[in-house]
Amino acid sequence: MSWFNKHKDLPEFYKTYLNAFEEDIQNIESVRFVVFDTETTGLNFKSDRILSIGTVAILNFQIDISDNFECFIKQETFNPETVEIHGILKEGSLSKISEEESIKLFLGHIKNAVLVAHHAAFDIAMINEALKRLDLPKLKNQVIDTGKLHKKTKYINDSKSYSLDELCRIFNITMHDRHTASGDAYLTAILFLKLTAKLKLKHKRLRLKHFFSWF
Amino acid sequence: MKNTIAERILDFLKGFPPFESLSRDQLLIISKQVKVSYFEKNSTVFKQQEALHDCFYVVKDGAIGIYRDQTLVDQCDEGDIFGLRAIIRKDQYLLHAIATEESIVYGIPATLIEDVLNTNIKANRFIIASFATNTRNPYSDEDKGTLFATETILQPNTSSFTEVQSASFSKNPITCKPKTTIQDAALIMSSNKVGSIIIAENHKPLGIITDKDLRNKIATGTHLIAEPVSAIMSSPVITFPDSITVAEAQIAMLKHEISHLCITKDGTIHSDLVGILSEHDIIVIHGNNPSVLIKEIKRALTAEQLRHIREKAQYLLQNYIEQSIPITFISNIISAINDAITKRCIRLSTKELELEPPTTFTWLAIGSQGRKEQLLLTDQDNALVYEDTTDNTDAKSYFLKLSEAVNQKLNTVGFELCPAKMMASNPKWCLSVSEWKSQFRTWITHPNTDKIMLCTIFFDYDYVYGNHNLVNEMSDSIFNAIDSYEIFLNFLGKNALTNPPPLSFFRNFLVEDSGDHKDQFDIKARAMMPLVDAARLLILSHKIKDVNNTINRYKKLCELEPQNSDLYESCIQAFRVLLRFRTQHGLKSNTSGRYIAIDRLSKSDRLKLKSSFKPIKDIQELIRIRFKLSQMM
Repeated sequence: MSWFNKHKDLPEFYKTYLNAFEEDIQNIESVRFVVFDTETTGLNFKSDRILSIGTVAILNFQIDISDNFECFIKQETFNPETVEIHGILKEGSLSKISEEESIKLFLGHIKNAVLVAHHAAFDIAMINEALKRLDLPKLKNQVIDTGKLHKKTKYINDSKSYSLDELCRIFNITMHDRHTASGDAYLTAILFLKLTAKLKLKHKRLRLKHFFSWF
Repeated sequence: MKNTIAERILDFLKGFPPFESLSRDQLLIISKQVKVSYFEKNSTVFKQQEALHDCFYVVKDGAIGIYRDQTLVDQCDEGDIFGLRAIIRKDQYLLHAIATEESIVYGIPATLIEDVLNTNIKANRFIIASFATNTRNPYSDEDKGTLFATETILQPNTSSFTEVQSASFSKNPITCKPKTTIQDAALIMSSNKVGSIIIAENHKPLGIITDKDLRNKIATGTHLIAEPVSAIMSSPVITFPDSITVAEAQIAMLKHEISHLCITKDGTIHSDLVGILSEHDIIVIHGNNPSVLIKEIKRALTAEQLRHIREKAQYLLQNYIEQSIPITFISNIISAINDAITKRCIRLSTKELELEPPTTFTWLAIGSQGRKEQLLLTDQDNALVYEDTTDNTDAKSYFLKLSEAVNQKLNTVGFELCPAKMMASNPKWCLSVSEWKSQFRTWITHPNTDKIMLCTIFFDYDYVYGNHNLVNEMSDSIFNAIDSYEIFLNFLGKNALTNPPPLSFFRNFLVEDSGDHKDQFDIKARAMMPLVDAARLLILSHKIKDVNNTINRYKKLCELEPQNSDLYESCIQAFRVLLRFRTQHGLKSNTSGRYIAIDRLSKSDRLKLKSSFKPIKDIQELIRIRFKLSQMM
């Protein structure tokens, strides 16, 4: 099947998502960052499932609380062992939507934003797996990992992995709603702002590329 | 859709004015629109002259300094609002806002505040008032939205708060049957020492006989003592249920021209009699009022009785504070009571000595008692001056004995002996007029830290008892000495600036850093004394006698320097707030109220205190310039 045909078969919401990338943004102040976090049934992105997604957007380096997304997903797979971390029960009081619906809404929300997450590779993989189950291509967005960004601002590249908890302590960020997708997304967003301030010290005119290049 | 983050922001905002007065729905709308910014230390939120942002700000974490040019004018920490005035006036920023430490700040869209202002009166009043008084929080919830206004606007009906309390009545009324003879009834009344008797049958009140009936109907010969009481009783009786208030009772007595009311189970004459309420009971209820207390003081024969009366005054004080009666009124009343107690102690002591004073003398209250700013029971501060005689040694020994007796009595009343011995029984503070004059002269012409400290206590003397002329002589000598040695005022000025005003409550920087009161805020030294010292200095520099009270001193200064009246007015308001706050705190904690644990203060109390710091800064600036103190320091 040619790429063209494949594209033609894509559902409307995914086409809209792709179209958003046509727009080219130069000015860092106009770049929309969407900080997100997923709560999952486990750490295996093949067999585990997303329980909830929480996001908050940053524009002009301000967290815009009104530009957020939060959803809880109905489960077929359920791993009771992780309940005590995220507190989401299979049949809870929260209103839940299907995985397909959540992906649809998520893509509609993130559009062409630069995605930001702590240890982003895992969350991106979880979303991509969900997309795959829907026969859809992977995410197209640029991604910033706050874990990597932290190392970058400190000119270190060791193998030590700092958890969100550790970085919140280092950066004196008051933690609440830890282990809810939205709560973690918000903490990550504050961390991102603090790291960006450090990056600005290095680059008088901060550009988007500075977030990705090493030094 | 659930919005966890907005809910968390709501939880934060709802703890602070004006957000605390908004409904949860209103607050959620606001919280959902917040923009969160992070500022590195020393980075700018907005600059003077900068175009308006589309939001105003609330500090979430950290601290934002507000600067006029280079001068720090305000420090905002957790929960403080800034950048609002420009938004309301739709004008550019007049001040800089710079993060003095790394901060997280909530931006709240300007458009939302208009809705709030239009729909929420309380929040609206907060905003308006915060502009009018130039403070960020002109009210706190406790003061019902009128932090400063309570001090100036007397609330109606508060002075007669006893009127609505339910009246207490005699629960065991003396009764007799309708057939009882007048003579027997009179005997019952006499043996029970009562002025009235109820005529009842089956526990239902039928009528009443009072002393007045016996006088008017028996002693005049109109009726015989052998007749039954029914012949002369007033009937029917006026009845009320036991929930009757004092006001209702008074009105009923006036309306029916009677002095007794019957209290029955359901308030009608057809139910069981449960008690009797007399005019005398009403007087007793009103007894806890200042004029009655002062009458009782004048009749008291021992210090123990006086202590009992002073305890009643303490309840009075508590009620007044709770009723938000103006603090000036309260301090006048409490000072009058304290004065009356002291006078009574002096009279009782002179009687005990069984010897007439060898010459005339004056008892002086000094320090805060001299300024009539002492509302709580604290250490006594007093001094004595006597007229010079041919033999001052004899006079001195007499007055020392007298003072000792008075000091002990005051101690019994509850004014503890002063640990620093600032009392008339101390030979140093029990002197003849000429000795006082020369002492004052030495203090003024050879000032040092200790002497200046004594001046700040002894120059605030107030006449309590004795010969008025002696006080005048003392005052004249002070002004004469100052005239010849004006640099004294500069020393006094320097002293007035020793306690710089706290700019704000910020972390721990203005709480006491050592001793028993570590981590507490010394409201007396840090906030009240600077205002008191400034007022004393300025009033002395104008050579004004006999105005010792800090508020009155500032009032006088308003008259003398109308060009500075705004500043002096703000000092008056700040002092009233502080005095009320300290008194309230002292009553609550049963202490002198001087040390306040900051971490236990509510945010609104902190803001309330903070609002009184600005005038301190301003008055100290005025003193620094007027007395050219920058060179001296």
